[in-house]
Amino acid sequence: MRIRTAGVVAVLGLALAASGCGDSGSDKPAAEQSASKATGGKLVIWADDKRTAALKPFAEEFGKENGVTVEVQAVSKDLQTNFVTASQQGSGPDAVVGAHDWIGNLVQNGAIDPVQLTAEQKAGFNETAIKAVTFNGQLYGVPYATENLALLRNTELAPEAPKTIEDLVTAGKKLKAEKKASEILCLQSGQNGDAYHIYPLYSSAGGYLFGTAANGDYDPKDLGVGKPESIAAFQKIAKLGEKGEGALKRSITPENSISTFTGKKCAFLVSGPWAVADAKKAGIKYDISPVPGFAGGKEAQPFVGVQAFYVAAKGKNKALAQEFVTNYVTKPELAVALYKAEPRPPALTAAFDQVKGEDPDLAKFSEAGKNGQVLPAIPAMAAIWDPFGKAEAAVIGGADPAKTITAAGKTIQGQIK
Amino acid sequence: MSAPLSGPGSATRTPGREPARPGLPRTARHHAPITATGLVVKVVLLGLVAGIALWAAFPLIEAGHWIGLGVLVATTAALFYLYLGRRHIPAKYLVPGTLFLIAFQVLPVLLTASTAFSNFGDGHRGSKDDAVVAIQTSSVKQVPGSTEYALTIATKGDPATGPLTFLLSDPKTKEVFAGDAGGLRQLDAGAVTVSSLSGKITAADGYTVLNIGQASSRSDAVTALIVPTDDGAIRSNGLTRAYEGKAARAYDAGCDCIRDSESGKTWTADEKVGSFVAADGERLSQGWKVNVGLKNVGAVLTDPNISGPFFGTLAWNFAFAIGSTGFTFLLGMAIALALHSPRMRGTNLYRMLLILPYAMPSFAMLLVWRDMFNTDFGLLNNLFGLDVDWFGGAWSARVAVLLVQLWLGYPYMFLVATGALQAIPRELTEATSVDGASPWQSFRAVTLPLLLVALSPLLIASFAYNFNNVNAILFTTEGGPFAPDNPRNGATDLLITYTYRLAFGAQGAEYGLAATVSIFIFAIVATVSAISFRRTRKQEEVYS
Repeated sequence: MRIRTAGVVAVLGLALAASGCGDSGSDKPAAEQSASKATGGKLVIWADDKRTAALKPFAEEFGKENGVTVEVQAVSKDLQTNFVTASQQGSGPDAVVGAHDWIGNLVQNGAIDPVQLTAEQKAGFNETAIKAVTFNGQLYGVPYATENLALLRNTELAPEAPKTIEDLVTAGKKLKAEKKASEILCLQSGQNGDAYHIYPLYSSAGGYLFGTAANGDYDPKDLGVGKPESIAAFQKIAKLGEKGEGALKRSITPENSISTFTGKKCAFLVSGPWAVADAKKAGIKYDISPVPGFAGGKEAQPFVGVQAFYVAAKGKNKALAQEFVTNYVTKPELAVALYKAEPRPPALTAAFDQVKGEDPDLAKFSEAGKNGQVLPAIPAMAAIWDPFGKAEAAVIGGADPAKTITAAGKTIQGQIK
Repeated sequence: MSAPLSGPGSATRTPGREPARPGLPRTARHHAPITATGLVVKVVLLGLVAGIALWAAFPLIEAGHWIGLGVLVATTAALFYLYLGRRHIPAKYLVPGTLFLIAFQVLPVLLTASTAFSNFGDGHRGSKDDAVVAIQTSSVKQVPGSTEYALTIATKGDPATGPLTFLLSDPKTKEVFAGDAGGLRQLDAGAVTVSSLSGKITAADGYTVLNIGQASSRSDAVTALIVPTDDGAIRSNGLTRAYEGKAARAYDAGCDCIRDSESGKTWTADEKVGSFVAADGERLSQGWKVNVGLKNVGAVLTDPNISGPFFGTLAWNFAFAIGSTGFTFLLGMAIALALHSPRMRGTNLYRMLLILPYAMPSFAMLLVWRDMFNTDFGLLNNLFGLDVDWFGGAWSARVAVLLVQLWLGYPYMFLVATGALQAIPRELTEATSVDGASPWQSFRAVTLPLLLVALSPLLIASFAYNFNNVNAILFTTEGGPFAPDNPRNGATDLLITYTYRLAFGAQGAEYGLAATVSIFIFAIVATVSAISFRRTRKQEEVYS
């Protein structure tokens, strides 16, 4: 009885296992068969949700034209980290879409390869965009869109674009006194600051983050935070803060700054192309102009960020990925489609000219970013964000600029290798 | 690894396999009867184990992980032996739990501990070979003034297996070439057909031209084919273009260094830090993972940036965990006591309303609370006409996070306290009132001690959970407010949020350092829990 039971269990168990493995066993040859039938390789692209949707039709077309399979996979969270980790384990994609300031980190982890574009191809792109994806003298990605901050204003409340930040504050204060608005300026900070959004004012007041090395890249050894220029810059910013004019406030956070603007509670908003959709939806009459600088100061330079395609260094089908990224992405049609998925100015001049006519905002944003600074892609930039933002918040809250910025500079210096 | 282990977990529930009942003599001959259901369940579960083991075996074989495969085979065989036989009854119950313990507790702890002794992090993820490849590849530059060729991939043999040749055409001079690992040679223009549209060679005598689909399925071979030339080498750029490039940097095994052929500069491998370092101290950013011994531990103990705020943070961390647990317990218990009173009406409705905060996702609630504490736009200040900068002041921020914790946590305490109260016989409290005790005395002397016997383990668990409650801080104050002269460490930072900033806020992620600090935190929580459990046991001995 006992042996028989054990036997029955064993035989049935093995049969089940065999049927289970039969499935997976038959899977593989099937995949191989279909692959040899299509005779093509497979290209896997990772992108975020929005871009995945825009990319899919083009990826399919590329696949059909060339007899290959193209898969666009959406990675909705932590795309960069996931890409680095997956690359390391050999399970990463062949190409990836992301912001240009990832390049430093992706290169130090050996996750992407340089791309080779011909001189003609390069000439077709916006110069700043090409500069942004150049790192250590090498081109690491093919840019498709740029983005930068600008000043949006409610033209019903403020018909004139302010020339300086002082003009803006005067206009804002007047509106506040007349009870037409409750805030002077919507520039997001929050309790922990926002380095990206304060940077135009910081640069206008004379501050800088990194000096420039001989090859045109940012030089992590020349840190501008903590230097006298940066202290002077934050002294100017402090005057706009809670203990000064009250134009910059910690209570204006990334969550409420756009909605406060669209709720007509402030006439001026410093934001990017992503805010336009909200302003349109709220039915606000708005106009876009460059972020104004301090009177008598330097020009306010917003950061210019670039979205780009990268070729994974450890992809399984590198040749196909290179083909797609260097020859297919450089076509204007794709750039226009990506623009329609999310309205950021295309990096390809031809595509930009094509959509410029339909969308006047685009030219205004691009104008506002004309003198912008390329967002540093060096790994050292990661050490800036957090301490710099906190210093900003503290200064806006009324802390002593000299002490605060010196401490921030020390912290950043300590984290740069 | 975890996959093959998940099967047997359910195998414990196999009916018809109960241990010998105490009433029956414990000999091998008297067993519970074998039922058909029992048999089927057993077959299905063991089949699953075998199936999962097979599924896990293929990748292991493919990757050549023979040790892993050995462990897999041994584990599966042992499971079959155990559950097909009728002996080893205690083992049948213990093995699944033990396997899960090993897979989900012991292995991660060992992995964390081993990471703590390495420099694993951004820039130091892979092996030295990976770093060398990355450095060489990223230094390949187009030879100035060289030709951009139109590329066609061809072979003299079978398209799927034959050795590849690059057929190259120069769009300007219209010259055509064939190139392989042996070098570049010019082809007779009459022997090839060049497309006037793309400038590519579409046919050549003696060669089979691969279309893009065929070529892409041999991507590795295409990328690996490098045609040497006088100035460098011709490499493919995708499948339709080729360029003449040169790697400026190369690894030299003789000096164990990277040499730049343009500037002549060398970077020598430093196995202690896992980087190539030049004489002037410049480091190449692509490094590799090395064992750094106790360096991370040393950093935690001696680096003033890390150890300076450690004790202050630790004190607040204890206050936060005790406060979160204590206040929620007090409020939850008070409500439970109120609703426990026999004179209370509509208790079900109250209970339902009270559970609401517990039923809502805490992630969303934390974000909502954060916005409610906003100075100018927040509900709290607007509703009560206050002008408190909640998250701006150290103490108000601490009060705020504890308030949020209280709101999120009391329903749980209310639930467990209600359950525990119902288990306390009413006769006991009635007896105290007969003896003339006031309600307070009876609560202190009877109800509370009995409640604590039941709830102490839960309180300890809640303490341990809150000690590392990342979400409660990251979604509200993010550790702030920060002193103006110290952006590293905020007033509401817990050790874990502080570690997070330390390990991931700097120049790329530093997993090694993060692992080290988490071992410290683990030690603290383990010690506190061990002491509390010991005290609880004493308490149980007194009251039970």
